[in-house]
Amino acid sequence: MTPPRDFTAEVGSDMRVSQRRVLFVTRRTSSQVRAYEEERVQTFPEVLIRALLAVECLFLGLVLMSLFFNAPLEGIANPTNTPNPAKAPWYFLGLQEMLHYFPPVVAGVIIPGLLVVSLIVIPYFDINIEAQGLFLKNRTQRLRWSMILSVALIVFLAVFDVYVALVPTAIVALFLLLAAFSSPQSPSRFRSYLAQRPVSWWIMTWFLFQLIVLTAVGTFFRGPGWSWVLPWRS
Amino acid sequence: MPNRLETYFARLERTRVWKSIFRSGTGSSTLHNALAIQQNLFLHLFSTKVRKRMVSLSATWYLGTLTLGTFFILVGTGVVLMLYYHPSVPQAYSDVKDLRFVVSSGLFLRNLHRWSAHAMVFLAFAHMFRVFYRGAYRAPREFNWVVGVILLLVTLLLSYTGYLLPWDQLAFWAITVGTNISSAVPLVGDKIRFLLLGGHQVNANALLRFYVLHTVILPLSAVLFLAVHFWRIRKDGGLYVRQSEPGNAENPAQPASEEKKQS
Ligand code: HEM
Repeated sequence: MTPPRDFTAEVGSDMRVSQRRVLFVTRRTSSQVRAYEEERVQTFPEVLIRALLAVECLFLGLVLMSLFFNAPLEGIANPTNTPNPAKAPWYFLGLQEMLHYFPPVVAGVIIPGLLVVSLIVIPYFDINIEAQGLFLKNRTQRLRWSMILSVALIVFLAVFDVYVALVPTAIVALFLLLAAFSSPQSPSRFRSYLAQRPVSWWIMTWFLFQLIVLTAVGTFFRGPGWSWVLPWRS
Repeated sequence: MPNRLETYFARLERTRVWKSIFRSGTGSSTLHNALAIQQNLFLHLFSTKVRKRMVSLSATWYLGTLTLGTFFILVGTGVVLMLYYHPSVPQAYSDVKDLRFVVSSGLFLRNLHRWSAHAMVFLAFAHMFRVFYRGAYRAPREFNWVVGVILLLVTLLLSYTGYLLPWDQLAFWAITVGTNISSAVPLVGDKIRFLLLGGHQVNANALLRFYVLHTVILPLSAVLFLAVHFWRIRKDGGLYVRQSEPGNAENPAQPASEEKKQS
């Protein structure tokens, strides 16, 4: 039996904040902000739930993978027994491939150093801001320079026998050539797309292509003495 | 019985204890949903509202979110793994072997930690390229890109220092190959290598150093830079919207009316 109560008490930190909008009218004129309403959603719950769902799917995939595939564990570390080949983790195999052609100062210090510095300075380059197709302005001049640079790079790689990096470079150079002779109005969607790619896109795509090729070669196609092997024949 | 559950939850939300913990109060109004973010220490790094376009999968492919997800999985499994692991030679190796054959679910735990680590490196790279190809590094987000590069390096170092811990042949020689490169740095190379390994070759000192880096210093740095990363997203005006980009037919600026029609 609960005794009858003639009041209810509630404790809460529920602050009702009334929102105000303050408008300043200045005398100066300023550029007009394009006014259109962009639809917005609440972070809680809409975004957080979606993020949680995405992470859960990923988690499920990783759990399944962990159930079916075991992490490698070899014999105990033995400094007197060098395995052949001794490989770095997969994300460093691109650099290890370079180590095969260049002295350690170049492959282990200068190349990774340059990569990190180039990644950092990307947003500070003004050329990226235009985001205009590379060959849409000063076409002949830009074509000449991009071909000189490509050929120089290819010759350099050939001198050091770095054919693994040379082939992707040559392929990108061919697409550059195709882009130079395409226009945004081209009936082919692919050529129109290529024609509108800015210089930053070309450099990054070349880098991504190299990264994939070198990592794949290092992971699957390198065997004893860093010689070529076929992954399905071992 | 979803209704039953809902009333229980509503009742829980009205308790004094709940209200003392969550400052946002009860209810599901827009204001309350906003306060749920803004009044929470961890969530207040994010903005209370986001552009609807940015929530769609096509914008970010959720790659940053997934990278964060792998990080959480790694912290969770990593802490449990620490209960079974001694960073000493040759105990480390037998501990990892015990995880495989003695500890219940130890094999699964180690597998999950290992595969999540590979996934995190891959996802961090993928996220970086996605951000680049969307042009989301441009002003005012330049610095957040730089914070991202730092996060990528921290991720790589986390993975690399963890690679040594099982103390098997794979671990030993991968770290030997890697640290030999650091002696190629002009002038100070050998000193750097000595600092990293605590000796002239990969030995018990190196294992201890890598363990401390892997379990304390690098995770703390990651948390620190992640906080800056997320805070900057809010301060930089939310996720980048491509609207004035030339030649961008797939995602043109849409007036509000048109957008409403679509949803
Ligand atoms: C540990 C690694 C990282 C984590 C956990 C992470 C997390 C996130 C998350 C959750 C977002 C929100 C959007 C999304 O989900 O994509 C984001 C955005 C962003 N990230 Fe990362 N990130 C990481 C590494 C990086 C790297 C390596 C870069 C670039 C070098 C980067 C640059 C950015 C930028 C510029 C944004 C804003 C994008 C926009 O405005 O659309 N982040 N990050």
